[in-house]
Amino acid sequence: MGDWRTVTVPLLSSDSKNIFPYTSERKSPASMSSEVLRLSLPSAKSMHSFFSAFCTEENIEQSISYIDRELTTMGFPSIYVESKGKELDLVSMVNCMNELLVLQHKNLRAQEEIEIQHLKLGSDMDHLQNCYTKLKVQKLQNVISSRATQYNHDMKRKEREYNKLKERLHQLVMNKKDKKLAMEVLNYVGRADGKRGAWRTDKTEARNEEEMYKVLLSDYEQRQKQLLLENTELKKVLQQMKKDIISLLPPQKQKPKERSEDGPVLSDQEEDIGELNKENMWELSCETVREQLTNSIRKQWRMLKNHVEKLDNQVSRGHSGALNEKDVISREDHELETGKLELEIQQCKEMIRTQQQLLQQQLTCDDDTTLLLQDCYLLEERERLQEEWRLFREQKRNFEKERKSFTEAAIRLGLERKAFEEDRGAWLKHQFLSMTADCKSENSTTPSAFLRSADTDLRLVRSASQQKRPPSVLSTTASPEPCQISQYITQNSVASEKPAADYLPNLWVGSDGKEETEECTKTWEDSGLDTLCRNLHMEQLP
Amino acid sequence: ASFCRVFKISYLNFERFPASCVQHRLVVRDASTLQILHLYTCTDQIQYIEWSSDSQFILCAMYKRGLVQVWSLEQPDWHCRIDEGSAGLVASCWSPDGRHILNTTEFHLRITVWSLCTKSVSYIKYPKACQQGVAFTKDGRYMAVAERRDCKDFISIFVCRNWQLLRHFDTETQDLFGIEWAPNGCVLAAWDTCLEYKVLLYSLDGRLLSSYRAYEWPLGIKSIAWSPSSQFLAIGSFDEKVRILNHVTWKKITELEHPAVITNKKTIVYKEVEKSPTLGTERLSFPPTRALASSLFSTQSKYDICQVPVSLNYIKPVADKANPKVGVGMLAFSADNCFLATKNDNIPNAVWIWDMRKLKLAVVLEQLYSIQCFQWDPCQPRLAVCTGSSRVYLWSPAGCVVVKVPGEGDFQIVSLSWHSSGDSMLLLSKDHFCVCYLEREEVK
Repeated sequence: MGDWRTVTVPLLSSDSKNIFPYTSERKSPASMSSEVLRLSLPSAKSMHSFFSAFCTEENIEQSISYIDRELTTMGFPSIYVESKGKELDLVSMVNCMNELLVLQHKNLRAQEEIEIQHLKLGSDMDHLQNCYTKLKVQKLQNVISSRATQYNHDMKRKEREYNKLKERLHQLVMNKKDKKLAMEVLNYVGRADGKRGAWRTDKTEARNEEEMYKVLLSDYEQRQKQLLLENTELKKVLQQMKKDIISLLPPQKQKPKERSEDGPVLSDQEEDIGELNKENMWELSCETVREQLTNSIRKQWRMLKNHVEKLDNQVSRGHSGALNEKDVISREDHELETGKLELEIQQCKEMIRTQQQLLQQQLTCDDDTTLLLQDCYLLEERERLQEEWRLFREQKRNFEKERKSFTEAAIRLGLERKAFEEDRGAWLKHQFLSMTADCKSENSTTPSAFLRSADTDLRLVRSASQQKRPPSVLSTTASPEPCQISQYITQNSVASEKPAADYLPNLWVGSDGKEETEECTKTWEDSGLDTLCRNLHMEQLP
Repeated sequence: ASFCRVFKISYLNFERFPASCVQHRLVVRDASTLQILHLYTCTDQIQYIEWSSDSQFILCAMYKRGLVQVWSLEQPDWHCRIDEGSAGLVASCWSPDGRHILNTTEFHLRITVWSLCTKSVSYIKYPKACQQGVAFTKDGRYMAVAERRDCKDFISIFVCRNWQLLRHFDTETQDLFGIEWAPNGCVLAAWDTCLEYKVLLYSLDGRLLSSYRAYEWPLGIKSIAWSPSSQFLAIGSFDEKVRILNHVTWKKITELEHPAVITNKKTIVYKEVEKSPTLGTERLSFPPTRALASSLFSTQSKYDICQVPVSLNYIKPVADKANPKVGVGMLAFSADNCFLATKNDNIPNAVWIWDMRKLKLAVVLEQLYSIQCFQWDPCQPRLAVCTGSSRVYLWSPAGCVVVKVPGEGDFQIVSLSWHSSGDSMLLLSKDHFCVCYLEREEVK
């Protein structure tokens, strides 16, 4: 086929009227592929024009045939259906295009890899060169040091030789002993300071030492004085600077967001001023004081710097925005206003927060108290109830006691009544008998009659009662009999239990064993009394 | 500024009175009028002269003969002669009290202390042969001597009053190069050879206060200077930097760099530019008159202020020579501690003036020729610089000025020296000297 040189594609402009000259000279396909790499991909815009520039409406045939030629030379199959025909084989064309794209991708990747390798190699080269130079330097240094040591050694040797010669010469010179006086003076001169020369003694040695140290000490003292002076001067200057800085800084016109940093600093300032003013009196130079001073100055300086920077920004903004004086001032005002508003907002927020807190407290407080109160009430009631209970029990006990006494009294009364009835019965009987016997002995003692009448009453009662029911025989003695009597009376008064029970106040609720017996005795007492009364009534009737 | 006549000299010492010597004659002049006050004749060619601290005596050292001769200003008849004999002489100096002479014998075998008051002689053995081996404190009380025994360095501190040994301790140096007292007399700086960057600071009582080392392998310290208040120690090194240590912690507080390009906008750069000589409209005659010739060939220069960034004249150092012209080789503090002048040897035409209060580069003076010498006025912050040309350059915070030495021919200033009052300055060429008088500004 021959050699083909690729088309040189210059940087394309968007001008579509450009007609690019194609010089298709012959070159080997191998080199062609490498030269393809060097083609700079045209930009998207120019691509369009590039494409349109190559193939236009007029030269379709030629361009196609050209492309076919190129492709076949590169080893691709022809894009024509037949080798000579004018019909395009779309399939093969598409295939060719695909192949070309794949090839392009491959080539790009290869290029990338080569570039990376190139970079790596470059850096490796640099590194190696550095190492090489370092090694070279080290080597040279080693050479120099070895030469230097050798040289020193040789020098020392030569010097020793030289010293030997000198010694020898000195000996010779000294031995020669010049006859003539070495020094010839007309007359000796007085010392410059007028004093006589002193002998060399230990004392003078000591004095020399002393003087030497004095000289040294005075020098040190002088230096120290100078340094102290310098220090105090510097401290004064720093203090002054600090004061100036503080005065320069705007004290109130500070934004709330800065307050957090400046607030504590301000208080520090005041602290520092106070402290350092005190310290100044002492003119201490201890570490802490120095640090304090320098730290406070640094702080102040930073604040001042920030302030100045802010001012600069303001000014520059003012300049760049081409604002006039009014706007600048109004901005300042605006900033002031915003500051104030923010302050207000914060205050309001705080107020709201505190109110909320208080409210919450209150709410939580009510619940508690009500609960407490409720508890208190319950407790109170309980206590009251307990008190009443106690009282009730006490009363009950009292009642019990009373009842007991009542029953006892009733029993006694019953017994007495019985006795009386019996006596009465007996007396009546006696009377009757006596009456019948024509009362021969009227001096039957009335007092005993009474007793007897009681007995007789009792008997009467007994007998009366015997008439009613078949009771157990009651003995005349009262004391062992009361229970029997009570039994008897209860039997009698079983029927009349109810009305007897109604007689008593209804305070009894519970029922114990004790209560039963008490009830029994009570009912007996009641019924007893009742029956006794009836019985008495009955007795009196006849 | 006014100048005096140029005199031929071989050596000169100017602290109080200009004493100059020519060959074997010592000429003492008056400071203000430069009239000859005294004339002394020595045995041999004088290599070195030094005034005593109270300006009563002057010593003349003749190294070749190993002789030192001492003359008195008050009593011209008085004389003194010290002969080292076969021991030889390499150095001689006064003690601070002005009554003792310290002679260093050949090969640094020993230092002999000769007393003018008594007949006594003291010896200091094993002195170190280094650049600055003997150092006196400013108040003259103590003397530090560098010693070396058995390949190890030591320092001995003597009390000058009675030459008693006060302290003797070893130093952790490879090869001690120099020692210098701080102006307050309480700290002694000792530094190692340039192969090892190391500075050791000792207290007067011999305690090691601190040790400083900036780096390990490259060449180290080239120059050192204390500030007059003893607050700073400036260390100039071969890496073209100056490191400043402070006296409180003995730690480096800053590094001053000397780059070839100045970029800092705050720095003032003065550049010396030549003014082309203006020729008169008169016709040039042949042969040219002397005046004309001198005016033709002598160039005028002035200072121009250059706009930052400025690129300075940088000389790349030769790698394979010893003592390379690299690094900060000259350092000097001004008398009021406010300025530090430095010279970086690979930018040889520039003087760097640093403001010590801000630790920043204040001024750079770029000259046409390489800097030979500079010295601060002992009284005020004024720097005098010479570059080997016939001009002396003065800088002060008010500005800088070029001063030309008037006279015939070229007077190539290689060295200069201020008078202790700060009113006059001595300018030295190879074999001539002249005195420059500076007018004092009236303070209103």
